[in-house]
Amino acid sequence: MAATVATITSGKGGVGKTTTTANLAVALAMGGKKVICIDGDIGLRNLDVILGLENRIVYDLVDVIEGRCRLRQAMIRDKRLPELYLIPAAQTRDKNAVSPSDMVRLCDELRPEFDWVLIDSPAGIERGFRNVLAPADLVIVVTNPEVSAVRDADRIIGLVEAEEKGPARLIINRLNPNLVRRGDMLNPEDVLELLAIELLGIVPEDEHVVVGSNRGQPVAMDSKSKAGEAFHNIARRLNGEKVPFLNLDQKEDFFHRIARMMRSGGN
Amino acid sequence: MLNERRQAVQIKGVKDGLLVTLGEGAWADLEVVLLQTVDERAVFFKGARVTLDVGNHIIRAAELGALRDRLSGKGITLWAVISSSLVTEQNAQVLGLATRISTPRPERTIKPLDTNPEGQAAIFVQRTLRSGFKVSHHGHIVVLGDVNPGAEVIAGGSVVVWGRLRGVVHAGAQGDDKAVVCALELDPMQLRIAGHVSAPTKRKGKLAPEVARIENGQVIAEPWNPKGK
Repeated sequence: MAATVATITSGKGGVGKTTTTANLAVALAMGGKKVICIDGDIGLRNLDVILGLENRIVYDLVDVIEGRCRLRQAMIRDKRLPELYLIPAAQTRDKNAVSPSDMVRLCDELRPEFDWVLIDSPAGIERGFRNVLAPADLVIVVTNPEVSAVRDADRIIGLVEAEEKGPARLIINRLNPNLVRRGDMLNPEDVLELLAIELLGIVPEDEHVVVGSNRGQPVAMDSKSKAGEAFHNIARRLNGEKVPFLNLDQKEDFFHRIARMMRSGGN
Repeated sequence: MLNERRQAVQIKGVKDGLLVTLGEGAWADLEVVLLQTVDERAVFFKGARVTLDVGNHIIRAAELGALRDRLSGKGITLWAVISSSLVTEQNAQVLGLATRISTPRPERTIKPLDTNPEGQAAIFVQRTLRSGFKVSHHGHIVVLGDVNPGAEVIAGGSVVVWGRLRGVVHAGAQGDDKAVVCALELDPMQLRIAGHVSAPTKRKGKLAPEVARIENGQVIAEPWNPKGK
């Protein structure tokens, strides 16, 4: 096996990097791939929470790099999906605890054993970003259909190109088809026209995502939700399959509208 | 050997930190010598802010980035790169490094350029300028690609964008109000010609090629007419 190291980044905070990393890892692992995620957000770790592995952390990324434990000891295996592992970030340190060359060495050690190494990146373009960019074979940029998020994504894509890690690929997260239809949200075509990179997928806004993240059970584990389906499709595209894009523009029919009104009103 | 090395890497204290000047030779060799020098004098370099003068070497952005990361691993901040090569200078700017150590204040007095604008040198930028990129040149600038919001193009002469212009553009930055800005789609965040500033409203739909110039003290944009007036 020779893993592909994919870094998931965005520039702007809060667009869903960590959620995307967790869900892609789950979807790839459910598709039979051996996956390890690394939380690159040292000092503000979250990936463990979203994957529901918080209570199993003993050693972390900085322990491995500073030689306090062996790599294997820091790898947490997900009991629900035996092909999924996590290396958590340290919470008590900051980005300077790790250097870009440390990350390259770590990933080179992981490469022979996995199909995918997914690295979740911190917000920003400083040291933390350079740490996670250095080992990447593939950069996945996550953005929301908002002007500010797209602006930052554009900057990140430029930096990725400058470091000759391009071309980056794009995931548009939290698209609300109703708002787009009313013209109140950026259209995916507008985003693509500006950023001009290959689209990996569009993930619709979905309340299951928040619920899943809070429970430590990423939405991709549950096959019924739209967002989960979108993440599975992205995972298949990453493996080279051709998968048609989800049709998000379905008109709500009468029964669904009634059902939704009852759900929102009936609580 | 030591003498040779001393010639290849010269260190000088300046107001903004340390100025390290690299001599002649292949870039790969110079990089090795530089890192050796830094290792030998680790205590001296610890925590230093370093400006690197690379002369006319053409260095790719990835190489600069790698060097910066290796230096930062040794506790050294590479904050500026000085070069007589425009390519290296641009690559350094792309990485967010300064390219001038004591920035001279731009002259505010507007003086007409005595050079014939037609004789000015132009640079040709064959790529899309994304947010955070900045191209500045004392002559004309031609961009083959888009200029995205958040990018800046600053020219002493005119600016031609063969693509969509959505960032900030300044033509005639040294006061030449004969300078023009042309783009296939002219939709800038802000358009400046010489001392005139205009912040056009966001435009929708398909745009035709246009030319912006100063007429009667105002910035105006008109459809490009290949036949002339």
